[in-house]
Amino acid sequence: MVSSEVAAPPRVVVVTGVSRFLGARVASRLAADPRIERVVGLDPHDPPPALAGLLTDVEQIRADARAATAAIAELNAEAVVHLAVTSAPDPHHGGRAAMKEQNVIGTMQLLAAAQGAGRLRKLVVRSSTAAYGASFRDPAVFTEDTEPRAVPRGSFARDILDIEGYVRGFRRRRPEVSATVLRFAPFLSQTAETTLTRYFSQPVVPTVLGRDARLQFVHVDDALEILHRSVVEDHPGTFNVAGAGVLALSQAVRRAGRISVPLPEGTLSTVAAVARNMGVGEIGLDQIDLFVHGRVVDTAKLVKEFGFAPRSTAAVFDDFIQGHRNGSSLTADRLAAAEQAILDSIRRVRAAAAGSPGDPGDPSGWAGSPGDPADEREAAKS
Amino acid sequence: MSEDEYHAGLPGHADFILPQPAAPKPLNGKRPIPMPDPPPAARRPRRRPQAAAAAPTEKHEAAEPASDDSHDGPPPARKPTNRRRAASGGSARTPSTRKPAGTPEPAPAEPAPAEPARSDSEAVPESAQPEPDAIRPEPAQPEPVQPEAVQPEPETRPETVQAEPGVIRPEPAVVAEPGGELHPVDVWDQRIARGLAFLRRRLAGAYEVDEFGYDPELTAAVFHPMLRVLYRDWFRTEVFGIENVADSGGGLVVGNHSGTLALDALMLTTALRDQHPRERHLRLLGADLVFRMPVLSELARKAGATVACNPDAERLMSDGELVGVFPEGFKGIGKRYSERYKLQRFGRGGFVSAALRTGTPIVPVAIVGAEEIYPILADLKPLARLLGIPYFPVTPTFPWLGPLGLVPLPSKWMIEFCPPIPTAHLTEYADDPLVVYNLADQVRETIQATLYSLLEKRPDPFGR
Repeated sequence: MVSSEVAAPPRVVVVTGVSRFLGARVASRLAADPRIERVVGLDPHDPPPALAGLLTDVEQIRADARAATAAIAELNAEAVVHLAVTSAPDPHHGGRAAMKEQNVIGTMQLLAAAQGAGRLRKLVVRSSTAAYGASFRDPAVFTEDTEPRAVPRGSFARDILDIEGYVRGFRRRRPEVSATVLRFAPFLSQTAETTLTRYFSQPVVPTVLGRDARLQFVHVDDALEILHRSVVEDHPGTFNVAGAGVLALSQAVRRAGRISVPLPEGTLSTVAAVARNMGVGEIGLDQIDLFVHGRVVDTAKLVKEFGFAPRSTAAVFDDFIQGHRNGSSLTADRLAAAEQAILDSIRRVRAAAAGSPGDPGDPSGWAGSPGDPADEREAAKS
Repeated sequence: MSEDEYHAGLPGHADFILPQPAAPKPLNGKRPIPMPDPPPAARRPRRRPQAAAAAPTEKHEAAEPASDDSHDGPPPARKPTNRRRAASGGSARTPSTRKPAGTPEPAPAEPAPAEPARSDSEAVPESAQPEPDAIRPEPAQPEPVQPEAVQPEPETRPETVQAEPGVIRPEPAVVAEPGGELHPVDVWDQRIARGLAFLRRRLAGAYEVDEFGYDPELTAAVFHPMLRVLYRDWFRTEVFGIENVADSGGGLVVGNHSGTLALDALMLTTALRDQHPRERHLRLLGADLVFRMPVLSELARKAGATVACNPDAERLMSDGELVGVFPEGFKGIGKRYSERYKLQRFGRGGFVSAALRTGTPIVPVAIVGAEEIYPILADLKPLARLLGIPYFPVTPTFPWLGPLGLVPLPSKWMIEFCPPIPTAHLTEYADDPLVVYNLADQVRETIQATLYSLLEKRPDPFGR
């Protein structure tokens, strides 16, 4: 965007949402980068013990976005990485109300603080491909400049639209700050825990009857790489981040070795709502919209700008399956074994059927290899 | 003349009688013969002369393949088992024909002209078939006759040889009856294995889907064969000008739309797959109504269709795909029968600007035949509005016969691809409404003119 000054990595980076999976990892990676002097984590919650080990080199400020104004100004932050975006309401932490508070109000306050920070040069915001909404008239593949045709039903998707709206306002008011918006496809990896990973780990997976959504995933490691590069390098703009290629939902369920139960869309919504109230499932309207419409994005702009191609959706899903073997019932091995068993039994039955009236003198039997006729021919010729 | 007398005299006859019945042998048999098993009484007398030939049968078996070799590869492979059967079961059948053949002269005369295709004649050649089997060895028995018996053989050869090519397929079927399931099994075994492997791949999700949801494996294995029955046997589709569709690279195929249900789009896809030397797959652009409906949207995407919008069309065309579009939309398929083959308005020409932007040639195509499959006599607008569909057709069969009304009338179809209209030189005019409109009009005129010329070629909509 501007000058040589911008090209250098920022010295002080503020990362929000470090108590969460993605935030903690990004912060620890940035802290490990020698070009960055200070990494400050901003989060209203303490990180869980599992993530605390990652954050040893990260200064942590336990404050919500309301206190961010002071923190960002005091720290002379040069870059802000906004990852405190929740994709699903957490019933243990206030549910949807807290989710909206964090996503929308939190972003608004953080951007207000960033707007006032004089030394800020860079803003990186985590967004989602949910920003494209879900409509039957949507093109099959979204590019970054596709506008959503309608306000989506899902709470997360609506939050994302609000967040992106605030970023647009910020870009207008601080045009010299390089703002990167990364629209991530759903994350998957062997270890990541998201709504979708829990969904695909169930032994029986509910799907939408008569729909086969096209899905794309991005590997968490690739997402970290992209986030890291967008902090230390300069890539202003909005980018889709997803693995190339497509998996159909039914195909993904089959590859995971799970059994899908197609339910009519209305029934699925009801079942999901009941399950949510009972605290078992967490399929929201976001997921249902995704499973009805599917979502595929064009990542050509990302690959060109970052010089980095995330691994393909199929590879990401394979990696996910590796980590979630238990609970699968229809694995490829079992299917292959079943195929062989059926084939053998058919051959045996047919051999018996043909053998009883037939001449016992027929030596080889037909059930053998397909090479048999050729052998017979050879025998006949000689 | 009794059977025995007849057979006693056989060596003499063999000189010239036997070769003739041999001719139809390889020909007959689309189906296994329903075993006109003679009553045991009839079998006895036949057996006895055969018993004499029993030993020769063995000999003959060894000799036979050698003689068969000369004409074709595959048959010998099957024959050995066949022969064994023929020797035991087949010979038993012979008397049934032998009896009419009581007089030796008509017997040979009869089987020879018998056309193998006719099923009733099958019985004759088939039962005649063992004759050579059983009898040829007989001449072999009396040494002196051998040379004479050999002489006619060349006579047989040419006949069999010319018959053989057509026989390759029937052959296993012939075998199917006497040889038990022995031989077809090779075919069936492979088919079963292939089917199971396909099933396993589907269940394991081991297939590829492109970003539009197109599933090439499913389309080739399931959709296309089903549509081809409709295309070939039901609509007897004739295709002209397939050479106007390029072997590779993008193309925009623009057609007239008709027929209440968009079967013309499916038939156009089938025609391209079936007739084009490269078996090109047409990526259809469908109305969003299609993608609103639950099951239909899934099938449409798997068959390679996508929503009719410029981003998708341009993406497909720049990927080098063949894109099919029907600019008339619902105005075309929902028009009355009285309006048949009159092209409707071509929308805003969005398809032309998509082609111009990507520099893709436009191939106009005229489809005759779809108008007659469900002739719309009336359109119940209020009902359509209630159901949220663009029209509610009343055809001679539709609401009256219930689901049976969905069976399309078997009209005769003709599809003609017109010479492509290049657009590469017009790329910068993609946003010029005048150029776009004129080009759309040119495409429309071409299709309309081709429709009229095709209609002249097809005087009777339900002919042939």
